[in-house]
Amino acid sequence: MIEFRGVTKQFPDGTVAVRDVDIVIPPHKTTVFVGSSGSGKTTLLRMINRMVDPSGGQVLIDGTDVATVDPVRLRRGIGYVMQNSGLLPHRKVIDNVATVPMLRGTKKREAHAHALELLDTVGLDRSLADRYPSQLSGGQQQRVGVARGLAVDPNILLMDEPFGAVDPIVRAELQQELLRLQGELGKTVVFVTHDIDEAFLLGDQVVIMQQGGKISQAASPAEILAHPADAFVADFVGADRGKRALHLTEVDGRSIVVDADGRPAGVLTS
Amino acid sequence: MNWLWSNLDLVGELIIVHLALSVPAIILSFVVSVPIGWLAHRYRWSRGVLLSLCALLYAIPSLALFIALPAFTGLSLRSPVNLVIALTLYGIAVIVRTAADAFDAVERDVLQSATAVGYSATGRFWGVELPLAGPVLLSGLRVVIVSTVSLATVGAVIGVQSLGSLFTDGFQRGIQVEIVTGIVATIALALLLDWLAVLAGRVLMPWTRAGATRGRASRASGSPARLAAQGEGS
Repeated sequence: MIEFRGVTKQFPDGTVAVRDVDIVIPPHKTTVFVGSSGSGKTTLLRMINRMVDPSGGQVLIDGTDVATVDPVRLRRGIGYVMQNSGLLPHRKVIDNVATVPMLRGTKKREAHAHALELLDTVGLDRSLADRYPSQLSGGQQQRVGVARGLAVDPNILLMDEPFGAVDPIVRAELQQELLRLQGELGKTVVFVTHDIDEAFLLGDQVVIMQQGGKISQAASPAEILAHPADAFVADFVGADRGKRALHLTEVDGRSIVVDADGRPAGVLTS
Repeated sequence: MNWLWSNLDLVGELIIVHLALSVPAIILSFVVSVPIGWLAHRYRWSRGVLLSLCALLYAIPSLALFIALPAFTGLSLRSPVNLVIALTLYGIAVIVRTAADAFDAVERDVLQSATAVGYSATGRFWGVELPLAGPVLLSGLRVVIVSTVSLATVGAVIGVQSLGSLFTDGFQRGIQVEIVTGIVATIALALLLDWLAVLAGRVLMPWTRAGATRGRASRASGSPARLAAQGEGS
């Protein structure tokens, strides 16, 4: 369990990125921070592995204040996946995946053998192991990034807009892959995105952030749709524009669900 | 050409002497410049001062420097060590800006991600930052190699033996072949060392030949990249 207690981040120049945030991130679930740029969502994520230290309040992992843990050791125990994969361009795919275990002292042979298994896990062919990241497509790089994040079998996986830079088709594929993986692995995933649809798709808990680093609402997607906390949330999720409103129409005796624009979204079965 | 055939031993000897002067100077200027370049990259306020000071070194006339150095080092004017020091200073002047640029060129995202997955500060420098600065550092090193090998000849004027001795001797005695031999041998030596540097770069930085640029795999011409693009989603 990750817990933010009264967390504030004010930068030396006076900018407040996060203001007095209290939130509990439950274990083995996916929590998605969603908001536009400047809402402090990435800052919050980075406080978990001490890439950013709060200027006020505490971040606790299983009851331990992360400020008391050596940052390098802390980070080696937490999976991290970022936009543009963040892979080391001068190391082969297999070395990238094995990076963190080897930093922690695992023998190279062992780390490489495990890295190959991880390529299977994220749906990549083992023949890619000896490639350099620049020889992979964006989607493949992102998969390698996920494999690297999983390499030490961490309890916590931080994902900072990991699918932001790939095209929509590949993104949809990666999202499904993440859902599948999460179903198998049950990590505590903290995911940051500016895409509300992605947040609703992936999140067990969705945390909607607004400008200035304040939380507008933290709840399950269904609750947020049913009871948007305020006008900002309603606007953000598109509920006020009827974007989320679905209707039924009869086609050849079957009930078809259509969205606000009249596009079919699915079939209603009883 | 008779001169050349009867003096092959001398030329061979001078090549060795020339190498003994220039190679230490090349290595020293590289080793000294990398940390200076890193400091200039890391601490923006120091950049102007450091880079200007180093560039200023190059403004010192070489003969004047050769003659003035013994006053600081306490060595004799004709000591090869003096010449190595002087060449090192010029080498630093040539490479230090490139060294700073080399570190500037390393993508910040990559460094951040290295930190995020648990690299320590020193581990990150040796394991990520330095190797990724490598290609630009190598280009700077190549300039230093050529300029140092060429500049080492000037030592002959103050009596430090090198391939430059073939110029002074050939000029005094009016032997044109000797002068031409000196020029050709100097150029050949510079090219040889340059080629060795390129070769070392290929061995030490295999990823630079991987073909595709980051994030543009599908547009790359190399067949591995094309295969990779086809393998998407497999």
